[in-house]
Amino acid sequence: MRELTLPLSSDVIHSLAPFEQIFLSGKLYVGRDQVHKLLVQLLDEQKPLPLSLEGACIYYMGPSPAPEGKVIGACGPTTSARMDPFAPRLLDSGLKVMIGKGPRSEQVVQAIKRNQALYLQAYGGCGALYASCVRSFRTVAFAELGPEALLELEVEHFPLVVAITAQGASVFDR
Amino acid sequence: MKLAEHIANELIHAVTHVPDDVLQRLLWAQKTETSEASKAVLAAILKNLEIADAQHLPMCQDTGMFLVFVDVGKSCPLGLAAIEAAILEGCSLAVDKAYYRHSVVEEPVYARNNTLTNLPPVMWWQPVEGSSLTIQILLKGFGSENCCQVRMLNPTCGEEGVIEAVGAIVQAAGGKPCPPIFLGVGLGGSMDRAAYLSKRALLRPVNQQHTDAQYASLEEKILAKVQQTEIGSGGLGGTITALSVAIEHEPTHIAGLPLAVSINCWADRKAKIVWEGEDA
Repeated sequence: MRELTLPLSSDVIHSLAPFEQIFLSGKLYVGRDQVHKLLVQLLDEQKPLPLSLEGACIYYMGPSPAPEGKVIGACGPTTSARMDPFAPRLLDSGLKVMIGKGPRSEQVVQAIKRNQALYLQAYGGCGALYASCVRSFRTVAFAELGPEALLELEVEHFPLVVAITAQGASVFDR
Repeated sequence: MKLAEHIANELIHAVTHVPDDVLQRLLWAQKTETSEASKAVLAAILKNLEIADAQHLPMCQDTGMFLVFVDVGKSCPLGLAAIEAAILEGCSLAVDKAYYRHSVVEEPVYARNNTLTNLPPVMWWQPVEGSSLTIQILLKGFGSENCCQVRMLNPTCGEEGVIEAVGAIVQAAGGKPCPPIFLGVGLGGSMDRAAYLSKRALLRPVNQQHTDAQYASLEEKILAKVQQTEIGSGGLGGTITALSVAIEHEPTHIAGLPLAVSINCWADRKAKIVWEGEDA
């Protein structure tokens, strides 16, 4: 199984095939429904974003609270389809990698191809497994959203499956 | 032990462990599945359960909304107020002690402010004969809840129509609800009653068939139909999409055949408390 480190180079992104299992390490952002709505709102209003989207990776997730002595609580993926109305806008603004679970809309697949981006699937419901792969946790913005805040995590050895490639090949096409 | 503490203990266990009948179905799937991609998902699920147990962590960050089914005897010595207070206290204790995520918002459309307690629960009260008190609680994740559907079928559509409709609902859900899934099917009653029955069906142990032979057979036929979708674990394609189908049915109107399908993710988490105490 290949070990990849963020940020992913264009060569690495183009070398990946659907169904390939990988381990991912490095820094990624965490954001889900409300963060997506707010980021697109800021883009619409041409206001500065609280993160740099250029080459970035966003993980669709909202963690459970960290027990004492732990970096984070359970932190598996949430359903990606709810982010579909917002994802093309973020991809067109520099976002390179998305991590979530489940199929994406045709508009998202087209935006992935247009931007030579990548969609990775995490193992749904496996929050305890992913908690064991998180080394650091930082709130970036929108702390008032509680479990839906925009976070930055440093992860190590995150097990994922390549779901939709830059070429538009998808594990969901059957 | 007080009723509230007993409820809390069961909920602390439920968020970190699936019931044994659910675990047995997951192990069966891992043995039976032939798709390599699905097998890798099932292996991750089983490893996740080991880590959740060892680290006392919720198995999934979506610790769900509490769906509470209270079957209260008509001559139960406990009053409804005491029962309700114990349930709320038990849920609240578990949320704090087991690090449940705060996943509930006050109001659905506008501010959506988080209640920061994971309360209130959704509650259904059912009067039953005798003096017993049974409290059953589903920890219902919303990745799967968003895939549930109600359809008002034609009363003449028969078994075929029911099987087709459930197949279509599961097909539309695809990989979104964290398959392999557990299905609760409600038939009859009214629109809302069918929805309730579909949730109630998820309470039945997943290794138990319906007691009526016709409905047990319908459960099997629906399961076979669902496996034909080949959605597989994680939606990555495979021979096993669902691990069980449970039906609950009730009388309905001559003009209708309400159908509701509740989809639960593989993390089919629940607690059951049978209380025999004289007080709470």
